[in-house]
Amino acid sequence: MKGKAHRFGDDVNTDYIISGRHKFKTLDMNELACHVMEDLDPHFTKRLKKGDFLVAGKNFGCGSSREQAPLALKHAGVAAVLASSFARIYFRNSINNGLPALVCDTSGIEDGDTLEIDLATGRIKNISKGSEIDSRPLPRVMLDILSEGGLVEYMRKHGRLAIE
Amino acid sequence: MVLEGKNSVAKTISEKILSAHSGKDASAGDLVVAELDFVMAQDGTAPLAIRAFEGMGGDSIAMAGRAALCIDHSAPSPLRAISELHALMREFADKYGLELNDVGEGVCHQVMLDKGHALPGSLVIGADSHTCTYGAVNAFATGVGSTDLAAGLLSGSLWFRVPETMKVTIDGKLPAGVFAKDIALMMVGDITADGATYMALEVGGAAIADLGLDGRLTISNLAVEMGAKAGLMEADQKTLAFFDGRTSEKLAPVSPDAGAAYQEEREYDISGLGPQVAKPHTVDNIAPVEEVEGTPIAEGLIGTCTNGRLEDLRAAVEILRGKKVAHGVRLIVAPASREVMMQALREGLIEVFTECGGSVMCPGCASCVGTHQGIPGDGENVISTANRNFKGRMGNPEACIYLASPATVAASCVAGEITDPRRVM
Ligand code: SF4
Repeated sequence: MKGKAHRFGDDVNTDYIISGRHKFKTLDMNELACHVMEDLDPHFTKRLKKGDFLVAGKNFGCGSSREQAPLALKHAGVAAVLASSFARIYFRNSINNGLPALVCDTSGIEDGDTLEIDLATGRIKNISKGSEIDSRPLPRVMLDILSEGGLVEYMRKHGRLAIE
Repeated sequence: MVLEGKNSVAKTISEKILSAHSGKDASAGDLVVAELDFVMAQDGTAPLAIRAFEGMGGDSIAMAGRAALCIDHSAPSPLRAISELHALMREFADKYGLELNDVGEGVCHQVMLDKGHALPGSLVIGADSHTCTYGAVNAFATGVGSTDLAAGLLSGSLWFRVPETMKVTIDGKLPAGVFAKDIALMMVGDITADGATYMALEVGGAAIADLGLDGRLTISNLAVEMGAKAGLMEADQKTLAFFDGRTSEKLAPVSPDAGAAYQEEREYDISGLGPQVAKPHTVDNIAPVEEVEGTPIAEGLIGTCTNGRLEDLRAAVEILRGKKVAHGVRLIVAPASREVMMQALREGLIEVFTECGGSVMCPGCASCVGTHQGIPGDGENVISTANRNFKGRMGNPEACIYLASPATVAASCVAGEITDPRRVM
């Protein structure tokens, strides 16, 4: 995966990702996708190209359990979110919906940097800076869910979660 | 529930509950698949959970008699589109025999408690981040997203990472005019918004033992604002008495073992604590009330799953009785549940709120999350008893939200500006 980094700060909460005033109204994710991040950056969806990455500091996705947050990001075209840490409900929701969430040291990534990510190895190349970083490996159960394309597909196939 | 295998290591409450529900001798850091006792979703999360459940090919639920849907976040519906989502929930609940708590039953979390669905020692998931509230009655209860909820509803189980635990001991006696909410805000300020991420809190100490259940629930409610997965407390006589007449199940509270391993321990003495306020736009942006006194306010909210219970309404009424809400201020009151509303009516609390110039909403989330009932205007300040003050939280990114105790909100509504409740008591 190759795309541009869109840089945000610490503690980006789910209200900022997609506000409650939008998410209660509809199950249409393409409609919600038009509003992602708008309270922090009204022009975000205009700048975003399909396949780009959202890069943040610590505690990304804190706040509510709304699954519309990772879903709307995915539908807006975000290919993966990189953060130094994620709030736990968001983290699960993101993997469950097949949107990769990578825990890594994001301090050296600037807005507009071009990144290349190898999901299999978790290796992130910063092409603009000529540097490389590693992301923290996911637990096996999350890799299984991601490889099925999300928890819905996983459950359809297996009927029940399993940990070896 | 009996553990399989030998249980040799001293365990925290989380380790015990997750071991008992997975049949594994589990410690912090382990991943387990655990059997669920109860699942809940609300109108902001249930529609997506229903869609996920159907996507999973679900045609029957493993949680028969142990699942509830609540219509509380936009209730009654302010929009045609939301009415359609509510209709979808009603239809699904009927089809699969889920308990439906319709408009007016109350905030999902209070309903779960009132109806005895979250029991000591039980494992509960809710598609709402403040599900951690039931930790105050010794349930390992945690918030999940809609898809996890659907998987739980379908299979009766879910995977968990057994959390490390932060032990918090709160000693001392609460001074007059200072409440459980002030303890909770003080904790969030000190521990910070992500200080307990992935951890469970175990909160105890003399000050917690002194609190009634209502106050303890306020503290566990805010556990997620520190990033925590659960906000657990031990059960005592007050906890057990609460379940009298609410359940026929035998209660099985869980205490931590002596020598259990804690990742972190914190101790507080609240004897000298004053009223606390969370300033815009983060919950851990805490100041003593003195620092923000005099800030003009346009709206006050008393209610939510944080502070919409009887003790909260009573504390506010103490201040509001015989007074009037200041000119230009709207006070919105939303009892947390029908049960709370009924008792508030019997005690004459609703009369005081109405007489002083406040507006009493139907039990539910009311203005908390900005979907209906009390969206603030541009540039307005709100003082609220809720648990979040994020920009835009109440429906307008141009408004500023301050969080405080019901007493501080009541005193501020009378004065028209943020006010130390100790001045008017
Ligand atoms: S009262 Fe507020 S915080 Fe509580 S469940 Fe409702 S919207 Fe969420």
